This record gives sequence, structure tokens and C-alpha cells, in this order.
Amino acid sequence: MGRTLLVWRLVRADLRRRRSEAALLLLAITATTTTLTLGLVLHGVTADPYQQTRAATAGPDVVATASSPLNGPVTPADLTALNALAQTPGVTTHSGPYPLTWAALGARGLQAGAEVMGRDQTPAAVDQPKLTQGSWIRTGGAVLEASFAQALGIHTGDSITLNGRSFPVVGVAVTAAIPPYPQVCTVGCDLELPQLSPSNTGLIWLTQADARSLATAHEQLTYLMNLKLADPARADAFAQAFGSNSHTLTANSWQYISQQDANLVAAEQQALLAGSWLLGVLAIASVAVLVGGRMADQIRRVGLLKAVGGTPGLVAAVLLAEYLFLALLAALAGLLLGRLSAPLLTKPGSGLLGNAGSPALTATTVAIVVAVALTVAVTATLIPAIRAAHISTVRALADSTHPPRRTAWLIAISARLPVPLLLGLRIAARRPRRLLLSTVSVAISVTGVVAVLTVNARNTQHFGNSSGLNNPWTNQVNQLLLLITVMLILLAGVNAIFITWATALDARRALALARALGATPQQVTAAISAAQTLPALAGALIGIPAGIALIAAVNHGATMTHPPLWPLLAVIPGTMLVIASLTAIPSRLAARRSIAEILQAELA
Amino acid sequence: MSDATDVPVLRTRGLRLEYGRGAGLVRAVDGVDLEVATGQTVAVMGPSGCGKSTLLHLLGGLDKPSHGEVWLAGSRLDQMTEKGLARLRRTAIGFVFQAFHLMEELTATENVELPALLAGRSPRAARERAAKLLEQVGLTDRGTHLPSALSGGQRQRVAIARALSNDPLVVLADEPTGNLDSEATLDVLRLFQTLRAAGQTLVIVTHDSRIAATADRLISMRDGAFVDETRLTGGTTARLSDLASFAGLDG
Repeated sequence: MGRTLLVWRLVRADLRRRRSEAALLLLAITATTTTLTLGLVLHGVTADPYQQTRAATAGPDVVATASSPLNGPVTPADLTALNALAQTPGVTTHSGPYPLTWAALGARGLQAGAEVMGRDQTPAAVDQPKLTQGSWIRTGGAVLEASFAQALGIHTGDSITLNGRSFPVVGVAVTAAIPPYPQVCTVGCDLELPQLSPSNTGLIWLTQADARSLATAHEQLTYLMNLKLADPARADAFAQAFGSNSHTLTANSWQYISQQDANLVAAEQQALLAGSWLLGVLAIASVAVLVGGRMADQIRRVGLLKAVGGTPGLVAAVLLAEYLFLALLAALAGLLLGRLSAPLLTKPGSGLLGNAGSPALTATTVAIVVAVALTVAVTATLIPAIRAAHISTVRALADSTHPPRRTAWLIAISARLPVPLLLGLRIAARRPRRLLLSTVSVAISVTGVVAVLTVNARNTQHFGNSSGLNNPWTNQVNQLLLLITVMLILLAGVNAIFITWATALDARRALALARALGATPQQVTAAISAAQTLPALAGALIGIPAGIALIAAVNHGATMTHPPLWPLLAVIPGTMLVIASLTAIPSRLAARRSIAEILQAELA
Repeated sequence: MSDATDVPVLRTRGLRLEYGRGAGLVRAVDGVDLEVATGQTVAVMGPSGCGKSTLLHLLGGLDKPSHGEVWLAGSRLDQMTEKGLARLRRTAIGFVFQAFHLMEELTATENVELPALLAGRSPRAARERAAKLLEQVGLTDRGTHLPSALSGGQRQRVAIARALSNDPLVVLADEPTGNLDSEATLDVLRLFQTLRAAGQTLVIVTHDSRIAATADRLISMRDGAFVDETRLTGGTTARLSDLASFAGLDG
């Protein structure tokens, strides 16, 4: 008990003495734990809004379709098969078949596609779209699916054109039978007109007569029927059985439609989990940098502990306990922040009713987040703690750090370079572990940036033809990716500044000596910056393929869209410029310290 | 005897360095006037903390004085920018420190060639110069050794070779034998004697009377100020055996 109390007192005293460093450590690990928590709690949270919408709209268990074959109307045999579904054992209620066609839509100067469904003016037994604005359809009046109306910026009272004919918008509604915009075509579209694309097509309800009147030779009528089953859990099997023998007869279960709704959050979840791993590795680098810097500063304290009887075990325990304590705090903060901010990312959008509900903070999530936080702290701290614990008491009291590493080939090469690079390379090579951390830190940030560029390129290709419509799917994912990238860049920036400062502190005698031998302060400043910029170059070169590989891995081998070459190439000088700017001030401060003072300190 | 001329290569007027304010004011260097002629060896002696090392730092442009002037080869150091001072140190000044201050990760040769590389010499020229200097200090066979593999005396000889890398106008040595045993001290004494004979201007700060005896002038310092100066006649060449005896190395 006494030993634990002693460790706690020493930890508390050190944390009080170095509050800003402790806060930074806390911030770095909290960034990771928050992102990880978000990624874990988002699993399945869209089920709630979909179920609420399904209940409120008498949503179908199965939606069956008879599509028109190439260049012709729906065959009588298919239509008979569709109608026969109503009598199939297990089907309790149905609505339809309803005519369905696709038309060119014009609204507020925007061009888009419309999946037009002809409906009765009276409520159906199955699928009763719930109005969020205005009234239900009437002859010559259209009702728009809510998220499509939002993307178009259309409200009740506005007008739209369908194949050139004007229709007033009489209402806006949600349904559980077809996924909201821009996911409409994930349950099947028959787009023949060149101006229509899956990314710009949304759902519109008209009267059956109006819908039929919009059908053309290119866009023949398709028919859709909504079914309620006695056992909704069997909807998947039912849908598969119906569509198994024909290309023109298809059916989608409510589970499948729900899955399309969840795709948005699934993409966010994927981005968050990938981002949290990147942030996790970066946090390890951050903690290692800070711990390394602090250890160099704490050697004399270690010596004092040992001199008064502290064993290597006690020294290691004190050093480790401090970072484990911070990691635990960060885990708690991350769990809390993640839990509180998850609903912001799971807004169902206008296409579904209700709220995402409370994301589940399960025991598994808590365990994973705490384990990751502790792993980050232990990974970054263990080696320096063991090294500090085993340093001789005399050396520790003399505050002598471990000798720098010699890299003979690098020293030989650097002799041929200008003075800033000569000194910079030699400084960088003195501490290979710090050099590695520097490279990894930049590589991870660049990986994040390149991953965002790749996702943007993919979105531009997939959703590029959305005719200026606001795409909630890409918007939300892009915002999230941007947020993660900003966090990655910020952490890498903090790392760069701390590594520079740690390098300058560690190499202060060597740099003072170089100045005494004739290196100018400008050369020394440039050398310290170069010591960070060179690993940044390596990090950028590693990060570019790593970012592309990350997206490929997340896509599970699906076809990749590579970003244009110039932004990728611009990442390299951009990274070096950012690192050079970030390190300029600490480098300059380090190069201004009094030579005499530093060299004399050796004798103190 | 040295070939000292009367032309001062190094000169100070009313040199003063102060720390603190009011009652806490400390004058580390207090009104020092000094002239060192080309080829002259000047030893500055005094107790620990009397301001010897601080004076050397001011002479070498490592520190800026609070008042007074420092002139080196016609250039006024106390008014120069850091960049100007660095350039001057590169070409005109060689430092020898008590703690050697060798780069731990560099071999003896790499340490000696560093000032030449900083001065912009080609790697080959710098390497050749380093080899020559290591030969002069008797360490040809230690060129590839790291400082950690050298004795204290050998390290200081490497540091002296490094100080000579760019043919400086003046070598400033701060307690060059302060960390050495008697035998190594004798080696360094011999080396300084050789430099003196070759006409190298030397300013040596020391509290070791043996090394002070090698100088042309011996200046005593106390509380930051010069309190006494003695002109010596010979240096150590003729008296190395006496010094060896003094150091207890005569067998």
C-alpha cells in the first residue's frame, strides 16, 4: 500500500509540474479514443429510424417489381406473376401493382432524374407515405420524397417539370418502401434517358394516370407491388424465391431496403474506424515523442529516486503509472465524447422519420477503447521507462543522456552536402527512433490526406453527374473525412513541433559546438528544420501509396478510382513546406541559445 | 622563444560583462584591457570563478560584452552580428575546451575535418587536412576511433587538431589540461610548445602553473579583472624535463 501511495504521489507531483505536457498527451490519446468510440457505437444505429418510418408508413415487408424488357412493355406473363403474389401463401396484405417510370426533371434551374410512381389518391393498405409537408397527390400535383426535395431545395407550392410538363409540388413525404435519395436506384432503376443517372434520381409520386402519361418508348412502364407477410423475418427468402427465375421479376425485402438506408452510416463507420487506427498510430508517435522528450528531462529525477533507494522497478512503475493514468483519463474522455457526438453523425436525414436513438455503449466497446488507450501509452512508454530504470545512478545524477547513434555512411555522404544539410542529416541520424517517429507521423497524416483525395475522386466519378444536387451521402462522409484529416494533420503538426524541440534539446551541445566552429545561426536553424523536413519527405513518399492502399483495403478489392496525379504530387512539396514552417520557430529559438552557456553547462 | 611581433592580432579595451541588477549585479569580467601580438602565447591564470573562461568566450565571440571593445585582426567583434561572428570563428579562431567537446558519433578524423567542411572546403581537402593535423598531434593511427575509444589526452589532442583545421589567427584554449592526468598534460604541453614555436598565437586560460609556464606572458586574474602580468622569457622547451619531474613522470 505504501509503495502504491508513493507512486501515486510522485505521479501527481509530476503531473502538476508539467500540466501543459500532460494536457497535450491527454489530447492526443483522447483524439484516438473518441474516434474509435464513434466508429464502434455507430454499428446498427440506423435501424431505429428505419423501423420508426416503417411503422409510421405501414411499410412493406417485400417490394416486388415487374420490369419492362429491352424495347418493350412489361409482358402479360410477368404482370400475371406479379399479381399472383397477392395470393401466395404467407402474404397477408398487399398494395399495387403501381405503375412506375422514369422522367427528366427540371426544378429551380437544376436538371435531375425522377422515378415516378403512380399511386391512388386514397391511402393504400401497404406503404402509406407519411407527409412531412403539404398534402397527398392529386391530379396534376406531385409529391416529392423528402430527401430528394431537400437536395433540390423544393418545398410545397414550388413547381417542377417532368419531361417538360409542369407539375406543382403539393406535398413532401417519407416512405420505407424505397430508400431515400440518393439511394433510390440501389433497389433498381431502368434509366434509358441520357440525362438520368443513379446519382441524380429521386422518387416522386403522381396519380396513376399522370404517371402513365409520362411513360415513353424509351421509358416503358414498370409495375411495383408492396406486400405484407405473415412472418416479416422470412422477407429475404421470399424476395429471393420470387426473383430467382427471371431477369424482369425482382423483389427486395425490408431488410435489404433498411441496409441501403444504413449505408450512409456504414460508410461513416468505415471512415471512423480507419481514421481511428491512423489516429491511434499517430497518438503512439505523439506520446513517444513527448515521453522521449520528458525522459531526457527526467534523467536527473530518476537518479535522485535511485539515490534515495528507489529500485529500477519503482522507477519504471512511476514513469509508466503516469502515462497509464493519463491513458485511462483519455479513454474515459473519449468514451464520453464519442457517445455524446455519435447522434450528430447518425442523423437519419430527411428521408427517414425519428432520431437515430441512443448509440449503444456496450461493455465490449468500453473494453476495446480502454485497451487501445492503454496500449498506446504502454507502447510509447515502455522502452524509455525500462531504459530510464536501468540507467546507472551516477550517470542519471550527472544527467547524461544515452550516446547518439553513429551512421557512418550517412556521415560520409553528408560531408559532400551544403552545411545546413550536412548538419541536418547528422542530427537526424543521431536518434534513429526519433527519426522513425518523425517519418511515421508524417506518413500517417499523408495517408489520411491521400485517402480523402481518393475518396473524393471516387465520389466525383460515382456522383459527379448529380447535376449540382446536394448529395447528403457524400456530404456527410466528406465532412467526416475532412474532420479526421484535420485531426491527423493537427496531431502530426504537434508531433513535428515537439520532435523539433526534442531534437534541438538533445543536440544542443553538438549544435552549440558547430556554431563555435563557425556554423552561422541561420545554418543551424536550417539544419534543425532539415532534420525534420528530410523524414517528412520520406513520410510523404510512404504516405501516398499507403493512402491509396488504405482505401483499397477498405473497399475490399473493389475497382479503385485514383485521384488525379497533380494533387498527389503536390502533397510532397506541400508536406515539406508545412513541416519546414512548423519547425522554423523552435529551430530558430534553439539556434539562438548562448553557445557559451551550453558548452559551460557540461562542466557544471 | 616565439617569433612574436608587436602587431596586436587580438585587442580589448575596457571589456566588461555584467549579470543581474542592483544588489545582485555581478561583474564576471571587469574592465579588461588586453593586447595579444601575433605569434604570442598568453596565459591567463586565476582561481575558479574569477572570470577566465568568460573572458575567453568574449575574446572568441561566443558571448557579447556589456561594455568595451574586442578587436580581432582589425574587426570589432562586439559590434558584429551573430552571422559575422560565426564567419570569423570559422576562419580566424580555434577553440580548445576543457571538456574536449568532440562530437561523440564522429571519429577523430571526422571531428578534425568538421571545421573545414563548415568553412566550405571540399571533402577531399578537409580529409587531407585532418590527416595531416592528426599526424602532427601524433594520432595518425587513431583517426578511425570514436572519442569514446580514446584516452583523455588523445581526445584533447584531437580537439587541438580540430582547432587548427582552418589555420586560425588565434587559438583560444580554456583549461586545456583541466580534465587530464599528468602524462596527458605533458603531451598537451609539448603540443602547445610546438604550436608556439611555429608562431601560432595562443591565449590559454588555466589554473595550472605548468601550462602557464609555457607562455610569453602570464596574466593573473581575480574577480573579473587583471591584477598582475609577468613577462616570461622562455616557455617550456628547455624545461620539459623539469616539468616532467614536477609532474612526477621522470621515473
